[in-house]
Amino acid sequence: MSTPTDNLTRRRLLMALPLAGAGVAGLAFWKMLNGMEHGSFNPHDINAPVLDRPVPDFPLTPLPPTEGFTAQDLQRTSKPVLINFFASWCIPCLAEMPTLMTLQGKLDIWGIAYKDKPENTASFLRHSGNPFTHLGDDHTGRAGMEWGISGVPETFLVGPGGVIRWHTATPLTEDTINTVLLPLAHRLQTP
Amino acid sequence: MTLRRRLIACLAVLALMATPALVLAVDDPSEMLSDPQQEARAQAIGAQLRCLVCQNESIEDSSASLARDLRRVVREHVAKGEDNKQIMAWMVSRYGNFIRLKPAFSAGTLLLWAMPVLALLMGLGTAFLFYRRRASAPPPPPLTEDEKARLARLTKD
Repeated sequence: MSTPTDNLTRRRLLMALPLAGAGVAGLAFWKMLNGMEHGSFNPHDINAPVLDRPVPDFPLTPLPPTEGFTAQDLQRTSKPVLINFFASWCIPCLAEMPTLMTLQGKLDIWGIAYKDKPENTASFLRHSGNPFTHLGDDHTGRAGMEWGISGVPETFLVGPGGVIRWHTATPLTEDTINTVLLPLAHRLQTP
Repeated sequence: MTLRRRLIACLAVLALMATPALVLAVDDPSEMLSDPQQEARAQAIGAQLRCLVCQNESIEDSSASLARDLRRVVREHVAKGEDNKQIMAWMVSRYGNFIRLKPAFSAGTLLLWAMPVLALLMGLGTAFLFYRRRASAPPPPPLTEDEKARLARLTKD
């Protein structure tokens, strides 16, 4: 038989349950929004599935004066290589160039001109400086598909042996370079 | 005779109006495969693939250049005779599960896919409990003399 006190505790419990549920949901939403604000959570992020995989085979045409490069070239390197997809028609790429120039000498940067005319690429590099030691042309966007990029600029760090270790679909910043990229490149070089 | 001709013309116009408009973003008829059956398959696959530039549109609906490239790839693979699974695998290995507009069934999406069944079971369970409680509730105590008298007064007519 249920006594009146029993009934009261049950009612209180029934009241508290939805409140607790709302509290938990609120906390979850707060955490999500907080993460979006600080960049640790991005629902639009395209998780590059290529991470920790060997570089894909990709077709490039050479862009004089350099001869272009292949997946095999990347597999043969003993140093980490930064692969940067860029285009002369892409404003964030233009904004990223000074940051890439500061990396010269610290990290090997190989560039892929994405869906661009060779003459436009050439004048872009004349204007903004050329941080690339190797340069390839992907005017059809096929190489970009093999790497799984959805736009430019996108950057990959390829470790020795040709394994993709890091990826970003946003322009590189000084902060990312100093806190993430260079430490990782250093770790990859001295195993 | 003219009446009949008019009728035919009216029917023709109606038939034209009833044909669904081609709303896909295919900019160029040369993009489409010549075999209508293959083209229909390519469109069905493309409708399942997210355009990574305008992320809530399928590649068939989007006019972004990446969507156009991916449409071309889908058609190349269809023309080569690959099945839907192979084409999906090609896409997912490059762009990840995010490219699927319909999430695949996996441990991570188990709750998502099971939710309709779970919700139905919970509803049925709740309904069953309520029904049983009502059925097993003790009958209300009989009316007191006072109440009986009041009831008689109220129903007296």
